[in-house]
Amino acid sequence: MEIVSVTDLKKEFDGLGVLKGISFSLNKGEVLSIIGPSGSGKSTLLRCLTQLEPVDGGSIVVNSKTMVTTTEEGKVRYADKQTLKDVRLSLGLVFQSFNLFPHMSVLRNITEAQMHVLGRSKSEAQQVAKELLRKMGLEEKEKAYPCQLSGGQQQRVSIARALALNPAVLCFDEPTSALDPELTAEILKVIKDLAKEKMTMIVVTHEMAFARDISDRVIFMDDGLIVEEGSPEKVFGDPQSPRTKRFLNRYEQD
Amino acid sequence: MGNLLQQMLVGSVTSLKIFALTLLFSLPLGMLVAKGRMSKNPILSNLVNVYIMIMRGTPLILQLLFVYFAPYYIFGSSYDRFTAVIVGFVINYAAYFAEIYRGGVQSIPVGQYEASLVLGFTKTHTFTHVVAPQVVKRIIPAMGNEVITLVKDTALAQTIGVAELFRVAQNASARQFSTMPIFIAGVFYFLMNAVVSRSFDLLEKKLNYYH
Repeated sequence: MEIVSVTDLKKEFDGLGVLKGISFSLNKGEVLSIIGPSGSGKSTLLRCLTQLEPVDGGSIVVNSKTMVTTTEEGKVRYADKQTLKDVRLSLGLVFQSFNLFPHMSVLRNITEAQMHVLGRSKSEAQQVAKELLRKMGLEEKEKAYPCQLSGGQQQRVSIARALALNPAVLCFDEPTSALDPELTAEILKVIKDLAKEKMTMIVVTHEMAFARDISDRVIFMDDGLIVEEGSPEKVFGDPQSPRTKRFLNRYEQD
Repeated sequence: MGNLLQQMLVGSVTSLKIFALTLLFSLPLGMLVAKGRMSKNPILSNLVNVYIMIMRGTPLILQLLFVYFAPYYIFGSSYDRFTAVIVGFVINYAAYFAEIYRGGVQSIPVGQYEASLVLGFTKTHTFTHVVAPQVVKRIIPAMGNEVITLVKDTALAQTIGVAELFRVAQNASARQFSTMPIFIAGVFYFLMNAVVSRSFDLLEKKLNYYH
């Protein structure tokens, strides 16, 4: 079942094309990794999906709800408020810099949206939060504040915060780029466990071995375009485009 | 001496009234001013900026005189002196508070807004539950400064004839050919500000549970 469908997505910043016509789709239970050099538009793509950036062209359909379309004359049309909200809630996002709320306890970071946005009762929201914290190995941290946690722990809280809203797709925007190798391994394990549970995910990452390991499909992006797409065996083992080969060679040298 | 202290207490009550009423109105008014200053509408934000420049760029004493005497020239009559003092202080302090609020709001990382948006918070909820609590913590030191200045600035109310603490002390000083009452007034201001600083310290401590 197709859960996300992106067609000819375009985005410009001050007349400079960042996404120059991106099309891809994502099936339920699939893990899609997006790799590519910095500035290739990977993060912008996620930010367009999650409505943090308005698109300049193309269409996005999530859970058979049309979030945005573009007319033949090139006019971008976003859906009505309610649809946008539904789509927003069906896409969770985990940020590179966590973006936890520093003035709220770990527990409240996870319950706030459940109560305010989904209208769950406090006890229900706390139950969900505690269950997720247990899953993240942080059950003893519910009363702590984000500043008392390590980067890896903070990122796990932010994953729990996103999961608490039961998103259909969980998006990761370079979730380990702010972490040292040890903490990176900690987060990658969490994502791997989610993949085992058949959570649908889009992971923008610079961790090549990890992308190869967990993905059902890999997209290599460069300069606002999808250069190569396919199974991890194909993209990493037998890349077709010289640009992909050059990029992957860099990593193998390291 | 007992009589003098009694007069100075009465004067202090007037000073405290000016202090309390100024805070009561200028703290919320400052929010509106800050909102105008941060508005995307260039006409509004420029207009508000001119207002802030005038309030911060001219002496408060001049503003008090203007607020009290301008209506005489325009309408032939004015409101009572005490009201004029409150109006003058409120519009002046609202400008300073607005800039402190603005600094606080703009110091909140964009990631906080983005996380709120992705989680589906409304704009109002984002402001009241995510942004505002963090702004309060960040602006406490600057607000403490401003509020302490306000305690001392109340002495300017005498320029349009409101007998607050300092005026009472000066009068007594002239009657007694002694500077003692003025020094006693100094002690009064010092004690009031000791309470103010202590309160801000406590507030700062209370919000110290995160950084």
